[in-house]
Amino acid sequence: MSKKTFGKGCRVLIVGATSGIAKELCREFARHGFDLVLAARDEEELGILSGDLKIRGNVDVRVVLFDALDYASHPDFWKSCGEVDGVVCCFGVLSDEKEAQRDPKACRVLIETNYNANISLLNEVANSFEDRGSGFICVLSSVAGERARRSNYLYGSAKGGLSAYSEGLRSRLFPAGVSVTTVKPGPVDTGMTFGMDKLPLLAPPEKVASDIYRGLRRGADVVWTPAPWRIIMGLLRFVPSGLWKRMDF
Amino acid sequence: MKGVAYLKAMLRFSPRELEGWGRFPRQSCRVARPEKRRALSELAQSSEVQSVLARGLGRAYGDAALNEGEGILLGEKLDRFLDFDSQDGLLHLESGTSFAQILETFVPRGWFLPVVPGTKFVTVGGALASDVHGKNHHRMGTISNFVEEFELLLASGETLVCSKTQNPDAFRATLGGMGLTGVVTSAKLKLRRIETAQIQVRTERTMNLDQTLDGFGRDSDTTYSVAWIDCLASGDNLGRSVLIRGEHASLRDLDDADFEDDPLDYPSPKAKKVPRDLPDFALNPMSVKAFNAFYYSRHIDGAQLQGFEPFFWPLDAVGGWNKIYGARGFVQYHCILPFQTSHEGLTRLLERISSSGRAAFLAVLKLYGPENDSPLSFPLAGHSLALDLPASDGIIDFCRELDRITVEHGGRTYLAKDSTLDASTFAQMYPRLPEFEAIKRQLDPQNRFQSSLSRRLNIAGMGGTR
Repeated sequence: MSKKTFGKGCRVLIVGATSGIAKELCREFARHGFDLVLAARDEEELGILSGDLKIRGNVDVRVVLFDALDYASHPDFWKSCGEVDGVVCCFGVLSDEKEAQRDPKACRVLIETNYNANISLLNEVANSFEDRGSGFICVLSSVAGERARRSNYLYGSAKGGLSAYSEGLRSRLFPAGVSVTTVKPGPVDTGMTFGMDKLPLLAPPEKVASDIYRGLRRGADVVWTPAPWRIIMGLLRFVPSGLWKRMDF
Repeated sequence: MKGVAYLKAMLRFSPRELEGWGRFPRQSCRVARPEKRRALSELAQSSEVQSVLARGLGRAYGDAALNEGEGILLGEKLDRFLDFDSQDGLLHLESGTSFAQILETFVPRGWFLPVVPGTKFVTVGGALASDVHGKNHHRMGTISNFVEEFELLLASGETLVCSKTQNPDAFRATLGGMGLTGVVTSAKLKLRRIETAQIQVRTERTMNLDQTLDGFGRDSDTTYSVAWIDCLASGDNLGRSVLIRGEHASLRDLDDADFEDDPLDYPSPKAKKVPRDLPDFALNPMSVKAFNAFYYSRHIDGAQLQGFEPFFWPLDAVGGWNKIYGARGFVQYHCILPFQTSHEGLTRLLERISSSGRAAFLAVLKLYGPENDSPLSFPLAGHSLALDLPASDGIIDFCRELDRITVEHGGRTYLAKDSTLDASTFAQMYPRLPEFEAIKRQLDPQNRFQSSLSRRLNIAGMGGTR
């Protein structure tokens, strides 16, 4: 397949399409004329979202059901998505950290959804794109993965692992001409964070979606969104662990 | 398994300070924001709160979209288009969709909302609950004329499909019903065709109220008609105005005007923002009088083409313009008087306002057509006056003084703007209230759907002083 330029007529698979950020990202893609394949577990919501995107963007939209924790289904899922030019992995879960510390089952769901399930699916995608010699992959990680905090280190450790994975994947696929973009958002104003207090620089999902889209268009390796997080995390990296462990956040 | 944890986090009311667009009053409510259809219905029935109210983008000025200490369901994330028939312009959509989103998608395709209020940042649900109207009420009526059907979620979790023929009582009571009959989850709106995104605008200055009302008298065939009124002018100049009239420009009109851009181009410029509250002294009788005199003198009689934005929603270009009134907030007094009494009533209101020294600008006079069959709908055949008053000391008493003049002349005030009315005056203004309450009690026997406004005005409340 000849390499298409990033733009109208490209087909993109959005995994975890019904999440707050993904919905706005889908709209951003639809506005720019991309055809879409939407994947998530909730069939009713997928149907509503695909209808919305068809009307907004006059684009072709397909839906495929996807269960992140059913690893055995991933190869078939990936085949059923058909030919796509890019894949954006938006699925993840932010559950009650305290509960996850006590309840092994809750902990596994948190870690596996954010890490294992992404890797399981992305390995399939990477192999196809490498063979084909084209495509783009976008992974939604988090600033929480940069340094793990007292209050959400389980989530942070999974996202940190995902960031490391995507960096390695980028290097592996570079010779094949496949790009991998790691997105590191701060807290975003979605259902995931609604009702939590004191979130710094809480960003609207529309802003995050447009940052991601523009990052993908220019083929960025890492997208920090909103942009100040790049500087903030750059500085926090220098906080010595003797001080870090005393910080209550 | 994962889903349970996720839903648990979403199905949660959390305390949040809310205010209306007038920023007065400010109350603590318990807020949830469903992102999925099922979550909305679960939250509406949640035992975490005694009562709930759906809220859109918070453009109601007073406490119509507040529910102090109780549940608020933010609708803004349920904003998806469900279907569009490009033959007859029928748009099926979720109620959290804003007019701004509708326009952004459909104006470039040659469709427009047949009725638009003074801001495009309202949700469909909010627009229906307030039965909003625009500068074309005398020709087109309110938004409810263009609602073919909607789905109403009741406290029982049941969904009722409502139209003029199906559940007609629920249909007319919900339109203008201030969210008190249930939650509108989706609606079918009829859009109208347009050739261009331009308005042919004619302006005319008048010297006094007689001339202004005479001007309106010639407007029965004009599509859009509104007057900006200098309500600080007094004596011989009382009621002097700038009459602004508009018609949708056709392609031929654009040719005649040598208009070269895409006729349906609909730019949405980034709003300039009022960064913070202006200090209280920024708006005083002197500065407002100067502004009004400047505005009046700036307009000359004539015609020009104007885009939708500056014609319909000039204030939307200034994000957070409500902050110019400072932290204390403001009240928008919006009343309507029937034709028979409007001249006398408006004269008395304007005299009282201009002698009060309460700074008011952005005052607007409008022409209305007949009232509809929604019992709490605001419009009636007559003239309305709308103006902003800073929420300074004595504001409630002052508004009640204006209320008395309004009631004496057979008029009423607009609930979507209200924050000061009392229950007994309200009952006088809205004689069809018992009809509304009867329908509400049938739809919502437990009085699950309440607002701070419904309690203040004792709408379908228990007991009270009526």
